[in-house]
Amino acid sequence: MTQPFRTAAGGHVDRARAIPFTFDGKSYTGHAGDTLASALLANGVALMGRSFKYHRPRGVLGAGAEEPNALVSVSRGGGRFTPNLRATQVELYEGLVAESQNRWPSLAVDVGEVNNLVPPGVFSAGFYYKTFMAPAGAWKGVYEPFIRKAAGLGVVPREPDPDHYTHRYAFCDVLVVGAGAAGLAAALAASEGGARVIVADENPAMGGGLLDEPDLAIDGQPAAAWAAQAVATLVARTNVTLLTRTQAFGYYAQNFVGLAQRLTDHLAALPAHAPRERMWKLRAGRVVLATGAIEQPLVFPDNDRPGIMLAGAARTYLNRYGVKPGDHAVVFTVDDSGYAAALDLARAGVAIAAVVDVRPEPGEAAALAANAAALRVLSASVITGTSGRLRVSGAEIGKVGPDGTVRPVERIACDCVLMAGGWVPAVHLFSQSRGKLRFDDARGIYLPGEPAQAQLSVGACNGAFGIAAALAEGFAAGGAGAAPAVSGEIAPMGGGFQGAVPHHRDPQKVKAFVDFQNDVTAKDIRLAVREGFRSIEHVKRYTTNGMATDQGKTSNMNGLAIAAGALDKPVPQVGLTTFRAPYTPVTFGSFAGHSRDHLFDPVRKTATHAWAQANGAVFEDVGLWKRAWYFPKPGETMHAAVARECRTVRDTGGVFDASTLGKIEVVGPDAAEFMNRLYTNPWTKLEPGRCRYGLMLNEQGFVIDDGVIGRLAPDRFHVTTTTGGAPRVLAHMEDYLQTEFTDLKVWLTSTTEQWAVIAVQGPNARRVLQPLVDGIDISREAMPHMSLREGRICGVPTRLFRVSFTGELGFEVNVPADHGLAAWEAIWAESQRYGMAAYGTESMHVLRAEKGFIIVGQETDGTVTPNDLGLDWAIGKLKPDFVGKRSLTRPDMLKADRKQLVGLLTADPAAVLEEGAQITAEATPIRGRPALGHVTSSYASPAAGRSIAMALVAGGRARMGETVFIPMPAGPIAAQVCEPIFHDKDGSRLDG
Amino acid sequence: MADHSAAARRASPFAEFPADWGPTVAGLRLSEGGPAARFILRGTDAVAVASGAFGVAIPTTPLRAAAGAGRAALWLGPDEWLLLGPAGEADALAASLAAALADVPHSLVDVSHRQTGLVLEGPGAALALNAAVPLDLSLAAFPVGMAARTIFEKAEIVLWRTDPERFHVEVWRSFAPYVRELLDIVRRENAVA
Repeated sequence: MTQPFRTAAGGHVDRARAIPFTFDGKSYTGHAGDTLASALLANGVALMGRSFKYHRPRGVLGAGAEEPNALVSVSRGGGRFTPNLRATQVELYEGLVAESQNRWPSLAVDVGEVNNLVPPGVFSAGFYYKTFMAPAGAWKGVYEPFIRKAAGLGVVPREPDPDHYTHRYAFCDVLVVGAGAAGLAAALAASEGGARVIVADENPAMGGGLLDEPDLAIDGQPAAAWAAQAVATLVARTNVTLLTRTQAFGYYAQNFVGLAQRLTDHLAALPAHAPRERMWKLRAGRVVLATGAIEQPLVFPDNDRPGIMLAGAARTYLNRYGVKPGDHAVVFTVDDSGYAAALDLARAGVAIAAVVDVRPEPGEAAALAANAAALRVLSASVITGTSGRLRVSGAEIGKVGPDGTVRPVERIACDCVLMAGGWVPAVHLFSQSRGKLRFDDARGIYLPGEPAQAQLSVGACNGAFGIAAALAEGFAAGGAGAAPAVSGEIAPMGGGFQGAVPHHRDPQKVKAFVDFQNDVTAKDIRLAVREGFRSIEHVKRYTTNGMATDQGKTSNMNGLAIAAGALDKPVPQVGLTTFRAPYTPVTFGSFAGHSRDHLFDPVRKTATHAWAQANGAVFEDVGLWKRAWYFPKPGETMHAAVARECRTVRDTGGVFDASTLGKIEVVGPDAAEFMNRLYTNPWTKLEPGRCRYGLMLNEQGFVIDDGVIGRLAPDRFHVTTTTGGAPRVLAHMEDYLQTEFTDLKVWLTSTTEQWAVIAVQGPNARRVLQPLVDGIDISREAMPHMSLREGRICGVPTRLFRVSFTGELGFEVNVPADHGLAAWEAIWAESQRYGMAAYGTESMHVLRAEKGFIIVGQETDGTVTPNDLGLDWAIGKLKPDFVGKRSLTRPDMLKADRKQLVGLLTADPAAVLEEGAQITAEATPIRGRPALGHVTSSYASPAAGRSIAMALVAGGRARMGETVFIPMPAGPIAAQVCEPIFHDKDGSRLDG
Repeated sequence: MADHSAAARRASPFAEFPADWGPTVAGLRLSEGGPAARFILRGTDAVAVASGAFGVAIPTTPLRAAAGAGRAALWLGPDEWLLLGPAGEADALAASLAAALADVPHSLVDVSHRQTGLVLEGPGAALALNAAVPLDLSLAAFPVGMAARTIFEKAEIVLWRTDPERFHVEVWRSFAPYVRELLDIVRRENAVA
């Protein structure tokens, strides 16, 4: 129960609430308000992870989003498992179960650590490129499995994620990203006049750095109290939305910003209906970036042992969580902010063994304060190495001479080393917004330049370091005049020391880490430069510096400086790698939102869906539609069901739901002329009450859609399209209407969903409908094939088509969709007097193929002309023009060896060809000779009593009777070319 | 014939759901917009005459709806309107509009069954919609009387604000269950987080 590194008082945790949790199976206790990292540190646990490549023991480096080392997996059970979380951002809750990663069998004893002992150079820069080159054959069997096993952090969860995730679109006048001093100030000022303001901060509490400053006063108030009051003021304003635990992860065009809000990860018990995360898709009038700065580590040998952390992180642990980073600290600093940490820690009872300052002289304020606190300051000094295995136990100190050489002077025992390597503005979001960065030579940092959008950077992310400067910029950005007075601050100066710290040791034998997460050392970057890499983008990819999940938040600048040094060029000339979204990793669930399982897409069902389901239908997906595929009787195979359905349709009749066919009502005085221009067929003379098969081409002359079209009135057509083509055809028509044919008075309205369509096909079709229709004479004489009547059926209005896609006598009953189920049930009941079957899309396909009717998208592939399909009869030869007409006379379109639609009869009548299979002239295809064509449709045909197929074959119509071959893995299949019709060639069955 | 008169019964696109639309959640009520007579009117020349026959001044201001006496006209495009009326009046409305517009080039198409309506009302209605609707639904940007064709996640809808906290959603019938289920989920999650 003891927390040896917890201070007696102070911090913002709730000491009254003890929170039990486990880490790697061991039980600990922290406090409400702790992160996993702060609670582990409080318990004296410094070792939190293993490094990626060398499996070196690692502790926590930072205290926030920048953390590269302390990556953990958190499991709530029941599929709730998240790998690669930063322990610094995992909030403690009762019963939290966390595990370290990248180690086996345990964190303290990790077999993979042998990687750390292999001779220098083996795992050096470009290791993957160099090692896995030859022999090529080894790639698949040896190298790839090895890399896959070694690569990646954490493990992928195996179970489906039971949580749900949601989205929200939002709009505001001003978005403030980051609620530290600058962000709170900007929000206060911007919201004063009633503007809609949204403030997003990644932490559970707002305040940022204000929470880490015990000595600092704003207008005479402690900084944390000022922050609390600012938040209270904002909460009270109805025009302000405050979002905590919310990461602005991506900044896109026109001030569109993606926010990932964590809603339940910090809760011990998950409320019902609560989404785990909400992704905000936010459009802001103006964006104020107050994203702060990230302290940089120092690159010295063995700078990665547990217990070595950033000085600012140590201040956060102490001041926010009441946790000491150790008992004996060495502070290694390049600017005054290291002194602020040393002073805080000293007061909390941590022995400051030394402040090691690279500079010959500390800053004035820092020097005074250090003097007052009697700190031992070693100026012009560096750390040249550390000792300790699972926790740092000592630091080697070197003195830097006037010539830059380093002389070893002493070893100082310690249990923590704090690195104050200077602060780098967090310009990630600014850079994502396409703003150009500028390099500040004096401070050696990149700063936001001219914004590319309505956006402003304030505070440390803009190079205004320290609370006073941040407040001033924040209030100014929000349009307020003066900022409150600040006292008691030791402000960091920004920048600092970039690159590798000098030392006296053999550079080949030490590891000074630049990228902690990807185990990239200073030596690796220099090696990359020696091997010829000049651009920082290439150096990055070759060494993997900055390519881990932390995206180089603590490594990019040091890597850049080392590369620049090796190239002997100034930093800005070496370039800067691109900052890409997301700023921190975002869960896949958050992006998916509700789009998963049955809500991944809308599931479109027809009016008869429930009936089909109750009658055993198996459904297939056609676009977003669920269509009844076939209706197996108990124990019946698909093959048997389809054969039965097909036979029944031809013997007596069948009922089929054709509702998904696209429907467009074309209305207006110029409707016929519009149809003339959009379809190949002539429409002017089609009388009201009659139908025609319509063929639609694109400008290139290729078939893109077809369907039966009925004329209801001189100025009104009922157009049907393919199921999948409905939206495309409407868009195609609208496109021409709005851009080419603006002279026509005609309008298009989609009626796909207005009508439920019930196809009644077969010799008894008329007998079934006869007692149901009212006011329509459906006799053979009064209502011939390809006609259309309006009237009533089953007491509701209908548009009744006499059409056939089976070759049998057929009708298609259109009724308003709400009546679809009732009409279907009535027709079904009547059809049972004749023993008719309900049939699905598979039988529909077989029946039409037996008659040689094409399906656009199956017999066509975007390169097929009407002539290729034998559909020249559908072209209005006398029409002056239609879309695609000109293309049909291009020489290539008239070639005799174009692929033409034919039938195929296999030599073995039982052999059903594979759709899509290639067709050749020879049984054994000759290398280099193209195939003749391919099989487009193939079925076992009950009507033909054998297999049938349709195919596109080069010069096919001139090959009637020829034998062609379909080469398959089990050997070539011989087939004879024939007319593409296999049943009732003279069409005598159309009249029943 | 008598055997088949039952065929006139209607089955709404929500037939697969319980008939009860469920309780209000945190004051937010979701209900069926009900069967209605619906027409798409096209043709700018038809507006004046059609307004007279319809009894509501059909709006020519973009993105606006006009309503009165149980009827409404929603602007959907420069020459496209959605006309809504009571379910029982479909035939009469069609006849009177057709008669009035006999000499005016236009298109009038009955879409009563093509789509259906949902009503979401109560505090937070806009917030719930914004889980899936990418428009700014603040009262300033989307005032009462505004109507827009937009998307609801992966479905196309027409959204019409009839009161500060009441929205009418028109959606094609096969997309309606998707919209209803998502709205129901969203209002529950908004009540807790």
